[in-house]
Amino acid sequence: MEQALLQIQNLSCERDDRDLFNDFNFPFYAGDIVQIQGTNGSGKTTLLRILSGLFTSYQGSVLYKGESIFDCESEYQSQLLFVGHKLPVKPSLNVLENLRFLIGIKQVVTDKSLFLALELVGLKGFEYALCQNLSAGQQRRVSLARLYICDASLWILDEIFTAIDLSGVSQIEALLQKKSSEGVTIILTTHHELSISDLKILSVDDVGSKSALYE
Amino acid sequence: MTLGQKVPSMNKERRSQNLAGVLKVNFVRESLLAFRNRQSLVNPLVFFSIVIVLFPLGVSPEPSFLKPASIGLIWVSALLAMMLSLDHLFQTDFDDGTLEQLVLSAQPLYLIVLVKSLIHWFVTGLPLILISPLFAMMLHIDTQHLPILLLTLIIGTPVISLIGGIGAALTVSLRSGGVLISLLVLPLTMPILIFGSGTVQASIDGLPISGYLAIMLIILVLTLTLAPFATSAALKMSVSN
Repeated sequence: MEQALLQIQNLSCERDDRDLFNDFNFPFYAGDIVQIQGTNGSGKTTLLRILSGLFTSYQGSVLYKGESIFDCESEYQSQLLFVGHKLPVKPSLNVLENLRFLIGIKQVVTDKSLFLALELVGLKGFEYALCQNLSAGQQRRVSLARLYICDASLWILDEIFTAIDLSGVSQIEALLQKKSSEGVTIILTTHHELSISDLKILSVDDVGSKSALYE
Repeated sequence: MTLGQKVPSMNKERRSQNLAGVLKVNFVRESLLAFRNRQSLVNPLVFFSIVIVLFPLGVSPEPSFLKPASIGLIWVSALLAMMLSLDHLFQTDFDDGTLEQLVLSAQPLYLIVLVKSLIHWFVTGLPLILISPLFAMMLHIDTQHLPILLLTLIIGTPVISLIGGIGAALTVSLRSGGVLISLLVLPLTMPILIFGSGTVQASIDGLPISGYLAIMLIILVLTLTLAPFATSAALKMSVSN
């Protein structure tokens, strides 16, 4: 059997006296697009933060190519793109400066590819606009422009479609589909109905024993 | 969907960013932010000036009082002015998720933190040093002791930035960490305050100061090398909640 790129092993996690995960196992294979579904507060974001290595108060392990993500931390992080639901866009920097930082801490980019990414994400003509003058959706697009130039092989995307209009969502969907066919593994949460073929759904509502809630 | 064709494909060799590149990107961004948010640049300077100007007005403008008090006054004001600006060192980066991105950047966080601390010193500590000769004149410090005062400030203020970074990182996830930062950081900055003003006092008394300076430099080297580790560990802890 093919080795999973990313494997959740015996994950148990409790937050605020609630079991979010109880002895939970799940494999992610190269090229998968996995949408994590669940009600509000069911642990979607926590799961993504566990996978990225940001959240560490849990039992069990997350294996990257068979090795714990903390044993091969720098290799894992260099392959990982994490887009959180927070928006790391500084109001007092312009669009280009923000994007140059966001992508520049991961990989070497040319200004040409930055301009191309901004054009693709629908911000052509806004390159030198300060982000404090942009709408919420446009600011979100600055952060999403990363997706067009990032060459990481594992993407973890948390609620990236917030405040994005419908045509924007379908463009990003097309991008995700294309990247997935090139072998990029994508794990995301969203409340949108995604029209992506081969979409795997992971529901986190039933993975924790919720008994603690009703006791 | 014609635009979609232009998306660079994965087949090329990965162009991972190296350490120097990450530090440069951070340096450029921090400098731009400091320059655009001039409020934070001016605040410590105004505080520093007001405290020093109010002293002669509030206590006594006599040289017999000001002269002995001047060194300590400048040093204490500099320390408090820098402390004021520490609150916001990591706050916005924490709130908007930039910190998560830095933690996951695959490069050592302590070097990124070091860059940030140096920029913080550059925009808060350096202006204080530059304006302090003016106040030294006002407080009747003899001109021959002025270079020593400036030297101690040049060695001492980076220490305050670096140690302050630890406090700022520890309290960044708290809603109002301002008071806590002062409680955590002030005791740790006492040695540099004591030796900073002590050096100048020794020079005024005609004593040798090389021993004082050596101890100050040791403190600077220790904080330069060790404080960023503590700060980055504290930041990782704050982010992992």
